[in-house]
Amino acid sequence: MNDIVKPENLVYSKPRLMNDNPMHYCPGCSHGVVHKLIAEVIDEMGMEENTIGIAPVGCAVFAYNYIDIDWEEAAHGRAPAIATAIKRLNPDKMVFTYQGDGDLAAIGTAETIHACNRGENIVIVFINNAIYGMTGGQMAPTTLEGMVTATCPYGRNVELYGYPLKISDLVVKLDGACYVTRQSVETAAAVKKAKKALRHAFENSMAKKGTSLVEFVSTCVSGWKMSPENANKWLQENMFAKYPLGDLKNV
Amino acid sequence: MAKIKGAVVVDEERCKGCNLCVVACPCGVLALQPKEVNDKGYHYAYMKNPDDCIGCASCGYVCPDGCLSVYKEKQ
Repeated sequence: MNDIVKPENLVYSKPRLMNDNPMHYCPGCSHGVVHKLIAEVIDEMGMEENTIGIAPVGCAVFAYNYIDIDWEEAAHGRAPAIATAIKRLNPDKMVFTYQGDGDLAAIGTAETIHACNRGENIVIVFINNAIYGMTGGQMAPTTLEGMVTATCPYGRNVELYGYPLKISDLVVKLDGACYVTRQSVETAAAVKKAKKALRHAFENSMAKKGTSLVEFVSTCVSGWKMSPENANKWLQENMFAKYPLGDLKNV
Repeated sequence: MAKIKGAVVVDEERCKGCNLCVVACPCGVLALQPKEVNDKGYHYAYMKNPDDCIGCASCGYVCPDGCLSVYKEKQ
């Protein structure tokens, strides 16, 4: 084995822009994979010195600790508003927000919809795990019908709580949005596909084509109370039925 | 036909023992340490059957913590 481990034989390793800080995410959390993809895409585009990320409130609140680019922390749900300001003042920078479903689809719905409607040249990375992970697994607008969470222990009842919110499908209808796609990162093949989508979104933002939204259908190991392996299976069996993968809009 | 050999190097202290690389490996190379743990108490991943590795890097792609480096060589 030792004669294979040589720098010229390296085919995969931790992205260069990802630093050595141990990540606070639970074992098996999808956030780590998406962080890696963002770091890889920024590195491949050579935009290390010209990228500004907006960290959300939620589990990814410490995203700025893990990728060596410039970051700004936003109030809960307000990341697209801050990204708007940063992009307008620095049109040469590549600006993206990184938000969960509690941040983007609940408290930040207005900011999301209006930023996309104005066609701001930013990328919105949306992690949809159908639950409020950081605060202890409460019901989110994106929670599936019948899904058990801490605040709907008998399953989400649509008579009481309404239907799961497919916010990416709403954004598709807005003229300012140029690229809306739904991806996942549960298998190696899905990760490769997701990376291409992410790259396309970042290129759109630099080409001034409008807002790009990349939704990642993700797992929440702790919130769903499953092992990482079972969470991925549950994701494939239940989440994909409500949140089918693929490009929803590509102008 | 040239044989392709691979190797996976695990950053043992960074690994959280989530088992996703073990599931993703198509050749059954990886496993979690049955007894050994790292400083944080996680059973980290290791190459149980190193001879079967083909260096496809599936484990690396799905690793949420970026603790795997994959090497590949044609022999």
